[in-house]
Amino acid sequence: MPLDVKPDLKREFDVVGTRPLRPDGIDKVTGRARFGADATAPGMLIGRILRSPHAHARIRKIDTKKAEQLAGVKAIITRDDLPDHSNGERGTYDVLYNCMAREKALYEGHAVAAVAAVSAAVARQALKLIEVDYEVLPHVTDVDAAMKPDAPVIHDNIFTEGVEPKPDKPSNVARRSEFGHGNVEAGFRECDVVVAKSYRTEATHQGYIEPHACLASVSPDGSGELWVCTQGHFMIRNVSAQVLGMEISKLRVTASEIGGGFGGKTHVWMEPIALALSRKANRPVKVVMTREEVFKATGPTSSTSIDVKIGARKDGTIVAAEAVLRYQGGAFVGSWADLGAMTAFACYDLKNVRTVGYDVIVNRPKTAAYRAPSAPMAAFAVESTIDELARKLGIEAIDLRIKNAAREGTRSSYGPTYGPIGIGATLAAAKNHPHMSAPLGKNQGRGMACGFWFNFGGQTCTSLNINLDGTVALSVGTPDIGGSRASMCLMAAEELGIPYEKVRCVVADTSSLGYNDVTDGSRVTFSSGMATILAARDAIRKLCGRAAQMWGISAEAVVWEKGHAKPAGPNAGEFPPLSLKEIAAAAATTGGPIAGHHEFNADGAGVSFATHIVDVDVDRETGATKILRYTVLQDAGKAIHPAYVEGQFQGGAAQGIGWALNEEYIYGEDGRLQNAGFLDYRIPVCSDLPMIDTVILEIPNPKHPYGVRGVGETSIVPPLAAIANAVSNAVGVRMTHIPMSPPRILKALEGRS
Amino acid sequence: MPGVHVSTTVNGDRLDFVCEPEETLLDCLRDRLGLTGAKEGCGTGDCGACSVILDGRLVCSCLVLGVEAADREIETVEGLADGDHLHPLQRKFLEHAALQCGICTPGFLMAAKALLDHNPSPSEEEIRFGLAGNLCRCTGYDKIVRAVQDAAKELQGD
Amino acid sequence: MIGAKPQGERVRVTLWGSLRSAAEGRDTVEVEAATIRELFSRLGKSYPGLKPFIDRGIAVSINGQIFRDSWSQSIPKGAEVYLLPRIAGG
Repeated sequence: MPLDVKPDLKREFDVVGTRPLRPDGIDKVTGRARFGADATAPGMLIGRILRSPHAHARIRKIDTKKAEQLAGVKAIITRDDLPDHSNGERGTYDVLYNCMAREKALYEGHAVAAVAAVSAAVARQALKLIEVDYEVLPHVTDVDAAMKPDAPVIHDNIFTEGVEPKPDKPSNVARRSEFGHGNVEAGFRECDVVVAKSYRTEATHQGYIEPHACLASVSPDGSGELWVCTQGHFMIRNVSAQVLGMEISKLRVTASEIGGGFGGKTHVWMEPIALALSRKANRPVKVVMTREEVFKATGPTSSTSIDVKIGARKDGTIVAAEAVLRYQGGAFVGSWADLGAMTAFACYDLKNVRTVGYDVIVNRPKTAAYRAPSAPMAAFAVESTIDELARKLGIEAIDLRIKNAAREGTRSSYGPTYGPIGIGATLAAAKNHPHMSAPLGKNQGRGMACGFWFNFGGQTCTSLNINLDGTVALSVGTPDIGGSRASMCLMAAEELGIPYEKVRCVVADTSSLGYNDVTDGSRVTFSSGMATILAARDAIRKLCGRAAQMWGISAEAVVWEKGHAKPAGPNAGEFPPLSLKEIAAAAATTGGPIAGHHEFNADGAGVSFATHIVDVDVDRETGATKILRYTVLQDAGKAIHPAYVEGQFQGGAAQGIGWALNEEYIYGEDGRLQNAGFLDYRIPVCSDLPMIDTVILEIPNPKHPYGVRGVGETSIVPPLAAIANAVSNAVGVRMTHIPMSPPRILKALEGRS
Repeated sequence: MPGVHVSTTVNGDRLDFVCEPEETLLDCLRDRLGLTGAKEGCGTGDCGACSVILDGRLVCSCLVLGVEAADREIETVEGLADGDHLHPLQRKFLEHAALQCGICTPGFLMAAKALLDHNPSPSEEEIRFGLAGNLCRCTGYDKIVRAVQDAAKELQGD
Repeated sequence: MIGAKPQGERVRVTLWGSLRSAAEGRDTVEVEAATIRELFSRLGKSYPGLKPFIDRGIAVSINGQIFRDSWSQSIPKGAEVYLLPRIAGG
């Protein structure tokens, strides 16, 4: 851990906290920015993938002869071209299996073969000529159905982990996890009021507007280049190389601009296939997914089934809380229920709490993270139950939360004790916010909910080079998914004491920088930001050393102030300050190029809390819910660029609104996805939403030089429950099935009358 | 199959390309003319990322065939700026931080231009419905609407 | 003695529920460890049932701060130490 990161919390910033234009913005408004599908190469082929039409099937035979004979087809890949390099490591084997089916197709859309051809038209035709002999097997797509003893077992080598005695029969329940402390049975006996309810949430997709796309170019000597839209190009390099048995150092991956990720682009999907095609054809191969493929063959969220029981004394003290959470992770083992079980009660100070999570396998695509993975569903179930408890107790919903909120020193429901945290502050700010007292009309209701999410650190490095003209080139290794380059430039400019416009930030490729973990876990402003600050301080030490040389004094006698080297005191000598620009111009004669860098494993990212308030209007005739007003209150530690912090709050809230009201994966009896397009998978459009108000609280994180906390994920956690609570207050029905689409609300209203 | 020769005008320039009859205008703009500003988000006209203006009308270029562009006038995001002077919409999108990942931005700029061309002083509701054919997954639309409101004001000379 | 490693303090580690069966049903265990690396090494030796979990990847919370890969991280005396699943974000 670096020595000098303790933040000076009373610091007045010069540029941090302002709202300058982002450096990559102009290319994005002129169409110049290049995203995943915007690259081309001479001799490029188009790659297309053949996918299983069955939810579960043994692949007996794949005959590619006819396709190979089609003019213009240059390479065809099947499982036979992808030997297993995993060395028994399950995670790597699962990635390989998900890239292309081996013995079985495990979900509708599972890749079965791939073709590279001179044009998209020829590639499409070639796919039609590939003959696959499937033995269709019984399938299961529902999380509860998959747990039943008579469910078709998808993997015969998965035995439930975390249960005693160890089972001797394989099942779809991959693991059972448990968290908590105290004695919930005794706790419930002490309660005056207990509420127990069950909930279900359907699967959703991150819905990034840019489909996965890459351009791969592999040479016969095993070296390769990959252009790809991803949240982690170093991860893509490592995993692709592992899967294909390539040497990591021979693969150079460049991250394109990325058109949205939200967690769905933190894994490999078809990149190894593109590389394999290119390797076989010895030509560059471009693979771009269609929207249908994105829905069917990337990483949606879990669908869940959750039971919650919460009990309190008359005075509103919650004494015991319990949840059982069943999450499906698609066709491969995941740990999504773990996350749900850990976050479910994380907002509260509870003496007795127990959460049990079941990770279940179904014939669906492999689940991936969507902002704060697994937390929104658990929060939906818990926060809805808290509101029901408040109603039964006759206590205001917000007051019940304030009374039981976690605070510094609380033992969290997932184990460790909290340090200073922001939930109390967000609740207090919410209670006093004008939104809480705005008038409501008939069939209108207000709801609120709290949300929790972890923040991560991770392996990070940056390199900061001082140019001859005194401008600064900053290289980071975390793809920019939300405007982080602007924040990096602000932090570098702040440390160096130079104008923001003098710093340029690029996302370097894998050959130009050391390893960086993916952009996820709300980690970039925290980790790459901290690395940038420390790299700048490293550069400052060197700049001072150069100034010392130019003056002929000792380096210890030089200090850095507002972009200039100055003698430390009158004893050091009478020298006018030297600007960064002057020192840079003389670099050749003082030792050569000047740079600073920092490599580390960032830690101490802390946790993040938010409170959301929403007003809705429910149409009793159609069941449609309109969002009238929405407010996000969240702690950012320190908002480096407030406009982009607001953007994260608003974006997460909008996604949560879509998830709460409309978005779901609809499966047919045949195990096929019925709504694999944006028409029937309905995400919010401009006319669905009002302006989204944001309140940025700044309770500094003691582990970051400027106090930064990650913000990107938490705002997707409260909306599902906040909206469910608002609907309940608007028309008196407790919705327990997400999304609360019009047919479901109508049914609930009919059931009531 | 013999290709079809298409002559068209894009951003005021007379251009020619050869395409297959089944190629969309989006394919032709991106792959034949190298104008990659318009994006494919869905290929079925549901996301608006491919929005261009065709003879003054906002269209999804993925729903127009390349051959239909013959002798017509197309405006794309690459033609919005006047030389090195950004269009007020472009400037306001930057000032209001109305983009995060930026993939939907070209489509939104064209949709907003088409809206303001027909309705120079739209209300917030008119802006929201005028842009309802363009999906954004990052911003929640708040800053996009504010940028369009501000651009409308500037274009009106307020 | 020159070159000897410093003696680790006795560290009390709380396990999350699913690990307890791998540690003979205990929810807290004690080992001597000065760093996370030593902690994993000694836990794996004392409770072989925990080894597969450690190999697969475990996060360690020290006084509320979560560490995922920083195995040289020292464990202060009397610190509250939890083992947690190695979670990721999106």
